Amino acid sequence: MTILQIAFLLIAFVTLVSALMVVTSPSMVHAALWLILTLAGIAVLFVLLNASFLAVVQVAVYIDAIAIMIIIVVMLTNNPLRSQMRTVTRTWWGAAIGALILLAGLLVMITQTPAFELQAPALAMEQEQYLKTLGSALVDVNQFILPFEIASVLLLAALIGSITVAWPFLAGRKEEQDR
Amino acid sequence: MQSFLSDPFLFIANWLESVLLGWGLQPSLATFLLQLLGALALGTSLLLLTFLLIWAERKIVARIQDRLGPNRVGPFGIFQTVADLLKLVTKELITPQGADLIPYNLAPLLAVMSVVGLWAVIPMAPTLLGADISVGVLYIISIGAIGTLGIMLAGMSSNNKYALLGAFRTVAVMVSYAVPMVLALLVPVLLSGSMGMQAIVNAQTPVAFIFLAPIAAAIFFVSSVAEVGRAPFDLLEAESEIVAGFHIEYSGLKFGMFFVAEFLHAFTISALTATLFLGGWQGPWAEQYTFLGLLYFIIKTSLVYFVVIWLRGSFPRIRIDQMNALNWKFITPLGLASLIFTAIAEKLAVDFGLPRLLIHLGANAILVALTALALGAYARHQRTQAAVRQERVRRKSTAEAA
Repeated sequence: MTILQIAFLLIAFVTLVSALMVVTSPSMVHAALWLILTLAGIAVLFVLLNASFLAVVQVAVYIDAIAIMIIIVVMLTNNPLRSQMRTVTRTWWGAAIGALILLAGLLVMITQTPAFELQAPALAMEQEQYLKTLGSALVDVNQFILPFEIASVLLLAALIGSITVAWPFLAGRKEEQDR
Repeated sequence: MQSFLSDPFLFIANWLESVLLGWGLQPSLATFLLQLLGALALGTSLLLLTFLLIWAERKIVARIQDRLGPNRVGPFGIFQTVADLLKLVTKELITPQGADLIPYNLAPLLAVMSVVGLWAVIPMAPTLLGADISVGVLYIISIGAIGTLGIMLAGMSSNNKYALLGAFRTVAVMVSYAVPMVLALLVPVLLSGSMGMQAIVNAQTPVAFIFLAPIAAAIFFVSSVAEVGRAPFDLLEAESEIVAGFHIEYSGLKFGMFFVAEFLHAFTISALTATLFLGGWQGPWAEQYTFLGLLYFIIKTSLVYFVVIWLRGSFPRIRIDQMNALNWKFITPLGLASLIFTAIAEKLAVDFGLPRLLIHLGANAILVALTALALGAYARHQRTQAAVRQERVRRKSTAEAA
C-alpha cells in the first residue's frame, strides 16, 4: 500500500463515521457539527484526487453554509441546545437490514464493473488549464450552457421568491387583508 | 547557487536542503521537512508579529484620542504586550457550567488557524511564499468560512445568551459581507486571468490594480474590514449591548487566542489588499533583490493597516440595520456593476488595443457618476417621503383641533 492509499482509507473512515454520527447524534447542533467533519473529509478526498478547485469550492460553499444551518436549527427547533431527542424508531432493525442488503447488492455490482480494476489516469494538463477548461465548458454552446443557465434561473427564482416573502410592503398589505 | 544578498530566502532553503541531503535523507523526506520548517517559521513569526501589531494599534489609537498609550514597559512601551501576555498566561482557564466541551475548546484554535492559514498563499516576495496554488483566491474565501465557523462554535458552546447573540451577529455580518468581497475579488482575477496569488501579483506590472479598478479596491477593503469585525463594524462584540459577544465566557489564554486572531486578521486583510490591489512585492529592483520585495510588501501592508486603525479611531459603531442596508443596498449592487464595467473595459482594451489604464479609469469614473446620481435620487426620494409624512401628520392634527 502506498501512503496515498493509507491516507485515503483513513479519510474515508473518518468521513463515514462522522456521516453516521450526523444521523445518530441526539443533539441537532452536534449533528450539524459532525456534518462539517463529513464535508471536510470529502474536501480532503478531492485534494487527494488533485482536484483542488472542487476541494476549495466544497469548503467555501458547504462548510460556510453550516454556520447558517446551525442558526436555522436554533431558531426553528424547540430548545435545540438541551434537547435529547430519540434518533431511532422502533423499526430501526428493518431499515438496517434493508440498508445492508442494498450495500451488499451495490458491492457486488461495483466489483463487477470493469472500471473497478482501473487505476486513476494521470492528469493530462496543468491545474490552471483544468480551471480554464471547466470555465469555458460551462458557457460553451456545444457543452453545458443549458444546464448552467437553467441552474442560474432557478437560483434567481429562489432569490426573488425570498425577497417577495420577506418584503415588508406585501406583508403589511396581507395583514390588512387578514384584519 | 544564488548569492545570499540577492535572495537570502532561497539561499537559506538551498543550504538547508544540502545539509539535510548531506545527512543521507531521502529527497522527498528532505523536501517535506523543509516545508514543515518553513510553515513553522512562518506561523511563529506571524504570531510574534502580533505583539508588535497590538502595540502599534494601541499607540496609534492613543495618539488619535490625544493620549500617550502604553509608555512604561521598555522603550515607548513596546514590551507592554509581553507583560499583558504574561498576565494572561497566569490566569485561570474557566469553563462555564453547561458548556459543550469539545466545540468550546476547539473554537479558539479554529479562530487562530483560519487567520494563520490565510498566509499560506500570500506571496511576500518573489520567492517567499507558502504555496502557489492555482485557486489561491478561492482558498482565501473558504478559509474565511472556517473562521466564521470558529466564532459560531464559540458562541454556541459557551452556554451564554450574550455569546449566542454575538455569534448570530457575527454570522450575519460575515455571510452578508462575503458577497461583495467575493465580487471585488473577482476583479483582480478578471484583470490577471488567474486565481493564483503570485500570478495576480505578477500581472500588476507596470500598473497596480488599484489604478485599474479603484472601486473594486475600495469595496474589497470595506467589506474585508466588516468581515474581520473591526470598528466601525464591530457589533459582534458591542460592549454596550451584548457585553463582549462570542468570547464572553473565555478567560486566560483561550481569550488571548481570540484576541491574537482578531489583531492578526486585521493585519492579514491589509496584506491581502496590498497583494491584490497595490501590487504586493512589486517595486523597483524587487525581482533582483528579494529582500527589497519583502520590504515593499511590508511597507504597503503597513500603510493599509494604518488606514484600518485610523478607521477604528475615527468612526462610531454603526447599527445593525445600517450595516445590512449598506451592504445589500449599496456595496453589493456596486460590486456587481463594477464587475460588469471592468469586464467590458477589459474586453475593449484587449480587442481594440485601446490604452488599458485610460479605459478602466473612464469606466470607473462613469460608475462613480452613476452611483452619485442614484444616491442623489434616493436621498431626494427619502426627503419627499418624509415631507409627505410630515404633511399628513400636520393635517391630521389640524383636523383634530378643528
